[in-house]
Amino acid sequence: MSGADLPLSPEDVAGIVAILDGSAYDRIEIRTARFTLKVAREAGGWTQEWATAADPAPVAAPEKQGESAESEGESVGEGFAVRAPLPGTFYRAPQPGAPPFVEIGDTVAPDSVVGIVETMKLMNPVYAGAHGTLAAILIDNAAPVEADAILMRVAPAA
Amino acid sequence: MIRRLFIANRGEIALRIIRTARRLGMTAILGASEADRDGLPARAADEVAIVGPAPSAESYLSAGRLVAAAVAARADAVHPGYGFLSEKADFARAVRAAGMIFVGPDAESLDAMGDKLMARHVAVAAGLAVIPGGEAADRQAAGARAAETGYPLLLKAVAGGGGRGMKRVDDPAALDAAVDLAMAEARAAFGDPRLYVERFVARGRHVEVQILGDGTRAIHLGTRDCSIQRRFQKLVEEAPAPGLPVAAHEALCAAAVRLARHIGYGGAGTVEFLVDAESFDFWFLEMNARIQVEHPVTEAVTGVDLIEQQLLIADGQPLGLRQDQVAITGHAIEVRINAEDWARDFRPSPGRVRRAAWPAGPGIRVDSHVAAGSLVTPHYDSLIGKLIVSAADRAGAVARLAAALDVLDVDGVATTVGLHRAIARDPRFMAGGADTRFFEGMAHG
Repeated sequence: MSGADLPLSPEDVAGIVAILDGSAYDRIEIRTARFTLKVAREAGGWTQEWATAADPAPVAAPEKQGESAESEGESVGEGFAVRAPLPGTFYRAPQPGAPPFVEIGDTVAPDSVVGIVETMKLMNPVYAGAHGTLAAILIDNAAPVEADAILMRVAPAA
Repeated sequence: MIRRLFIANRGEIALRIIRTARRLGMTAILGASEADRDGLPARAADEVAIVGPAPSAESYLSAGRLVAAAVAARADAVHPGYGFLSEKADFARAVRAAGMIFVGPDAESLDAMGDKLMARHVAVAAGLAVIPGGEAADRQAAGARAAETGYPLLLKAVAGGGGRGMKRVDDPAALDAAVDLAMAEARAAFGDPRLYVERFVARGRHVEVQILGDGTRAIHLGTRDCSIQRRFQKLVEEAPAPGLPVAAHEALCAAAVRLARHIGYGGAGTVEFLVDAESFDFWFLEMNARIQVEHPVTEAVTGVDLIEQQLLIADGQPLGLRQDQVAITGHAIEVRINAEDWARDFRPSPGRVRRAAWPAGPGIRVDSHVAAGSLVTPHYDSLIGKLIVSAADRAGAVARLAAALDVLDVDGVATTVGLHRAIARDPRFMAGGADTRFFEGMAHG
């Protein structure tokens, strides 16, 4: 591929801004085989926006249904659903080789840690969210999960 | 001469390395995971080799897969970037055993600096001061160590981390009780009660020195200050370290060069120090034997392309710069923009970026792999870009930073931009020379 496809350097972008700044123009769009760069004048300064040329229009992020990510569990038909607080990788134990936080039949309280979801190298605890007995484990250890995915079910205490 | 460079990394640093490699006429081959096959670095590379699936353990942390992919791509050199395998001596050995150049120091330097206790011994042998302290197995030993370190002191678990077993002791009368408690915590948390007794520096600054060595000669490229941290994660970095007396600046740089020469260091490296914010006494902390995230602030004030220097040194060329050719001009500040919701305890915020309008203009550099439509995945760290500003002096750089942050608009994921806007206008930051307690002193919410 030709060198012309490399994104412009920070110095190039600064040079483009210097030229525009002394002109009446408010924006410029530059297109190569692989990239587009838009430089635009904003109220307080200049911005640069990059896109890959072959991309369709930016994809809108899927709308979250309410603030369900907030509640880590909720009541559903067959007991209480324990959900992933974030997207990431689900682990049943604190470390490889360590015993799992919980097994089916264990008694749990709302603040019992029943697993962790690793997101961006951070370990996020998953709480049971209800008093009861662990009734089902629906996701395998070390499996990827989406936010709000149902990980486990808790049979509520009578 | 390196002709085909394999980049064993991702994100903004991959794009950064590609830029310099292409400028030097090398063919840039990106070793990418499945999750990164269509990102900005992949588009900028000459060639892309898929090294494995998204999880790091099967891609960017798999030495076997990376080496195999580099060999298959007929690479003659491998640049490890930062993080991942960049400081793993075994990876360096595997790359060399496969007949390729490892862009970094030799495996012996990586071994020496990879182990904290060994690094401390090497630094002492090179004549550097280390924080007074040492191991203690019981009350009596802790008392003997305390006599050496003085008060206040810190008790840490030898086996530990994460603050467990860590106690600050201000008064000799409180030592025995604190030792008992710390040992109990250390035993409970790590199964090992041994403690490490260390001088506590109440107002410490994190100052580091960029060095370059070719195995024979070594030079420094001045200081960086990275005192503004949260939970030992750097948030803001600047060059040069503000408000250091000339004598302290020179002593820090000289100490770093002495260590590099002592171990015959070949490559770019960073020697980190804890500096007393009042007395400017300093102690060696560790050496990072790789390029750092914050290297652009040094590039901004020296005009030296550090990736280029790494590649030239790895190629076996003698250092092309003399110390008297390196001048520090002006001031530069970098802020790390992370996909984290800083108002909600820095909760990670992966997702699809709808808009990414980064600042632009004179004295502004943005190193980012994220554009509109990019997917910030949960598989890797949360860094989505670095904003680097520079100006003739620190006040100019701070003003430029505040203005640049005001136009920065990333939409679709939560970011730390708001936090940085608050820091840029914090009087303690504007004054310069803040210590490592800066973040806990910020008014939250």
